[in-house]
Amino acid sequence: MTTQTKKQTHMKQEMYRRAVVESFIKLNPRWMVRNPVMFVVEVGSVLTTILWIQAIFGQGEAPTGFIGAIALWLWFTVLFANFSEAVAEGRGKAQAESLRKARQDTPAKKVASLQVEKLQVEGANAKHEIVSSTALRKDDLYLVVAGDILPADGEIVAGIASVDESAVTGESAPVVREAGGDRSAVTGGTRLLSDWLIVKVSADPGHGFLDRMISMVEGAKRQKTPNEIALNILLAGFTIIFLVVCATLLPFSMYSGGAITITVLVALLVCLIPTTIGGLLSAIGIAGMDRMIQRNVIAMSGRAVEAAGDVDVLLLDKTGTITLGNRQAVEFIPVNGINAQELAEAAQLASLADETPEGRSIVVLAKEKFGLRGQTMEKMHFVPFTAQTRMSGVNFNGTSIRKGAPDTMIELIQSNGGTTASDLKPTVDSIARTGGTPLVVTRDNQALGVIHLKDIVKGGMKERFAHLRKMGIKTVMITGDNPLTAAAIAAEAGVDDFLAQATPEAKLKLIREYQTGGRLVAMTGDGTNDAPALAQADVAVAMNTGTQPAREAANMVDLDSNPTKLIEIVEIGKQLLMTRGSLTTFSLANDVAKYFAIIPAAFAATYPQLQTLNFMKLATPESAILSAVIFNALIIIALIPLALRGVPYRAVGAAQLLRDNLLIYGLGGLLVPFIGIKLIDMLLVLLGLV
Amino acid sequence: MNIYDWIQILFYLTVLFALVKPLGGYMARVYQNERVILDPILGPVERFVYRASGIDSKAEMNWKTYAVAMLLFNAIGLLAVYFLQRMQVFLPLNPQGFGAVTPDSSWNTATSFVTNTNWQGYGGETTMSYLTQMLAMTVQNFVSAATGMAVLVALIRGIIRHNTKEVGNFWVDLTRSTLYILVPLSLIFALVLVSQGVVQTFNESQTASALQSGGQTIAVGPAASQIAIKQLGTNGGGFFNTNSAHPLENATPFSNFLEMLALLLIPAALCYTYGKMIGDTRQGWSLLIAMTIVFVSLLGVTVWSEKTANPAIEALGVVGGNMEGKEVRFGIVNSALWTTATTSVSNGAVNSMLDSYMPLGGLVPMWLMQLGEIIFGGVGSGLYGMLTFVIIAVFVAGLMVGRTPEYLGKKIEAYEMKMASIIILTPIIVTLVGTSIALMSEAGRATIFNPSAHGYSEVLYAFSSTAANNGSAFAGLGANNPFYNTALGLAMLIVRFWLAVPVLAIAGALANKKKTPVSGGTLPTHTPLFIGWLIGVIVIVGALSYLPALALGPIVEHLMIFK
Repeated sequence: MTTQTKKQTHMKQEMYRRAVVESFIKLNPRWMVRNPVMFVVEVGSVLTTILWIQAIFGQGEAPTGFIGAIALWLWFTVLFANFSEAVAEGRGKAQAESLRKARQDTPAKKVASLQVEKLQVEGANAKHEIVSSTALRKDDLYLVVAGDILPADGEIVAGIASVDESAVTGESAPVVREAGGDRSAVTGGTRLLSDWLIVKVSADPGHGFLDRMISMVEGAKRQKTPNEIALNILLAGFTIIFLVVCATLLPFSMYSGGAITITVLVALLVCLIPTTIGGLLSAIGIAGMDRMIQRNVIAMSGRAVEAAGDVDVLLLDKTGTITLGNRQAVEFIPVNGINAQELAEAAQLASLADETPEGRSIVVLAKEKFGLRGQTMEKMHFVPFTAQTRMSGVNFNGTSIRKGAPDTMIELIQSNGGTTASDLKPTVDSIARTGGTPLVVTRDNQALGVIHLKDIVKGGMKERFAHLRKMGIKTVMITGDNPLTAAAIAAEAGVDDFLAQATPEAKLKLIREYQTGGRLVAMTGDGTNDAPALAQADVAVAMNTGTQPAREAANMVDLDSNPTKLIEIVEIGKQLLMTRGSLTTFSLANDVAKYFAIIPAAFAATYPQLQTLNFMKLATPESAILSAVIFNALIIIALIPLALRGVPYRAVGAAQLLRDNLLIYGLGGLLVPFIGIKLIDMLLVLLGLV
Repeated sequence: MNIYDWIQILFYLTVLFALVKPLGGYMARVYQNERVILDPILGPVERFVYRASGIDSKAEMNWKTYAVAMLLFNAIGLLAVYFLQRMQVFLPLNPQGFGAVTPDSSWNTATSFVTNTNWQGYGGETTMSYLTQMLAMTVQNFVSAATGMAVLVALIRGIIRHNTKEVGNFWVDLTRSTLYILVPLSLIFALVLVSQGVVQTFNESQTASALQSGGQTIAVGPAASQIAIKQLGTNGGGFFNTNSAHPLENATPFSNFLEMLALLLIPAALCYTYGKMIGDTRQGWSLLIAMTIVFVSLLGVTVWSEKTANPAIEALGVVGGNMEGKEVRFGIVNSALWTTATTSVSNGAVNSMLDSYMPLGGLVPMWLMQLGEIIFGGVGSGLYGMLTFVIIAVFVAGLMVGRTPEYLGKKIEAYEMKMASIIILTPIIVTLVGTSIALMSEAGRATIFNPSAHGYSEVLYAFSSTAANNGSAFAGLGANNPFYNTALGLAMLIVRFWLAVPVLAIAGALANKKKTPVSGGTLPTHTPLFIGWLIGVIVIVGALSYLPALALGPIVEHLMIFK
């Protein structure tokens, strides 16, 4: 065993130990009352315990051992439910612990001056005083130099530096942070590796990103989500029904000539009320948040996780999500009777020094298609791309090769007195029509041909979108491209719709339109200009590399900054809801078997005829009732792993999902307790306990 | 069962289903204010009613106003029925000179007819004057049914409409239900019944000379008109004490068939009306199919149970099933079919004596009521009860497909669940607690005529019937006394309005929501799978709530007879 796994095992043991302690602490009625179903069980446990004590003193309504056993297993039922919640919380707590370490008080270099221009010049030499990080307030400025721990969340106002954010993201590779642009947000608790930064504090102590994360993963601020509340009402409704059913059974049995004992009534009640789902409900909710955390997504509320399951429109940024993020050369199309190899050669030479992904892809394509190796010639003089010339290329031996956007190149040829080949324009247009980007290559002011650059759609996206469609989710691609290019990529990727030449306003408008139509919209974003749209979307995932406003506006933050993760988030949301529904069905279906165990047993003395219903052939009335109670308690423990892991989600239509889940949890819920109760009964007989 | 039994049942269902679409479509047009064939005749009457009562028929109500109007109307109805009984001795059309009805019986009867229950603690022909029968009973037979329909229509509007608080106008819905649907149907039906020999007269009781022991008094009266609406409006209160077993209420096999048809007619057709109004008739059909499957299954149990003879009687040499308490004119199948139909809709008219049924044959009608009168159910109230179960079924199934639940584009949230829970809870609590109080009190036990399990069943049946607003009686229980009159009256009143008001609250909440468009991730609610699930939810909730109670009554009785 390696030390790593040893440590993990130890941590797990520690976690379970703490969960056991927690389950007892949670017996506090003030805590239990939050969960009506389990509260009833606790009251039942207290009641049977009192009856047991009464029995010890010779006043028992039933054999002392029987009442004691029932009381004991009722307490177990409550404890098991508490344990499930404690285990679910425990996983978050471990995470919170390590986060908290990063948040400890650190000395901060508070900068007195607020003049940004001056500070940009002074940099690391800016005048400062050392204060505690807790003394920093919103809008204060502080300085950090290499090796410092950032004392608070903020926005960089000056400097550029590499930051180790592993404390938050778990990712050890450093990231670059700089003033301005979309990478200007820093998180307190992370460490500066190089250079210096001057940062404007964006949150008061205790309200920083890390603080919010800690309280989220700890579940300290956990509030019941809307759907959880609705389900709780339904479960409370069932609890009231069964309370009445059991309470009225006492007068019914008295009239029938043999009063049923309180112990049996309480046992029947606990077996009937939906303890399985009632006991696991809160664990399911916490586990849903936890599954997000395991995928490095921090949800700012349970409500957001729930909403994720409902999303029916996904807005996906083209770049990085649907396409690889940079265009690649896929074809050389010569013009004016030049042969393709000649064009490829020229293109390759022009791109040798081009370190952009596009440039490198040209070199690779030339090698693949014509076996051209990168050749270095003497006296090659490379001309880099600049914003002014808008082209790049190479000069050697008096030859000049250039490549660039068609309009720039055509203008260049014409301004040098040349004429363009007649087939150049049609070629350029046909590439643009298919959504590609044409690059024109010239040699000595003569057009050789066009390189076809194309957005490469990530592998497997088409299948993924088809899955989403089956799930009933519409995918919309957001891009700054022109409509022509956008349409071509949308068709290739298989998205349902696209928004071309997207501006922040257009995005916001689109989201509002979908929402007015009753749809729930999810999107990802990182820039400050995404913030309004993020705030409007129902599920908004901000990239951790994004700006502070974007992270504030979103209700989830993806620490990996991977836009594709939106799809996983939706699946986790669905899983959460499915687990709730499936266990509710299971819990209620269980009751049928319990009736067949308890009813004949409860009235064994009054109506021996009812033994016909005891087709499980349970040994004695006591063993029947006890077996049902034990099964009821053990099933909670048995289902904890499922509650934490969630019911597996498959991307199929709603009808098929319902059929599958009904078959497993509905039919299973009917049958399993028959087998389970019979087995427990056999075991009790075998051990001579009844 | 022989082939003729099957043919009778099949013929009955075929005729019923054939009438669903034309009548359902007609009713949808009535509620959507579209042109109907009766407009030229009834239009002026309708407008006159609005003008005379100062109703602005264009004004819409929110759910609270709607509920208040409904409650107010029924409160006035309650008082009217009460005082008509108390003062009938001073009023005309009382040829027999019946005295004032006792306060407790008047209270019981008033609540009974206002709540569309028609539980009868009294014997009609020996208690009520013709005026009371017509002005109190028959009027309530119409308007209590129309009240149920109005509440249903408000709920349907809640489902259809979005982002609004308005659910319709109670007065308009009430008037149109009565005027365009109930009155014309009853008129036709009453005439057909008269043609079969059902009595309709203002004359006093007739005396016939019997072969032995001198004369026999034969009660008559304006029966046909009351019986038509009694069957159509799921009322069930008979003109005569023996209800539809009486030859002057139910004269021929044909009248028996028509009256059975009338039992299910409007509740079944309303399913189609619902589908038509929400613009997706598949939804309506699927509810009707779910109801029919439960109905036919339970009908099978009753027929099978009654076809089986009691071993104790068989030992005496009597063969041919359980004919005790049944009319020879109707036989086992038509009695069992009637009984299943009358308890599946909240009608309660009987043509045979339920107390004499085999234990399981008696369990079926009891359980049909305990399910909440949603298998067809009362006019209007049956479907709104069923829709409540749909909401519960959708809630759990919706979660199972990984979405927060929605029904027909409307999200089902905490508020709807709260109201739905109240709707499911109330009848169960009233039935079980009411039975307990009766069994534990001296007054309650005093009038139970049978010992042990059967006597217990009689009390359980009485509360199941009143707490489902059904009104059929198991008999064997003396219920016309202050204790039962008061307790059962309360049961009827609580259940009727503690269901109707939450239903209106759901209507208001749904109307106020936005509508989510259908997608591949939406749970379809018209598939065989969903129908199966819905039936499962209904049966499981019904079974779980009543299995212990039934185990001590009919179930143990059955096990005692068949060892």
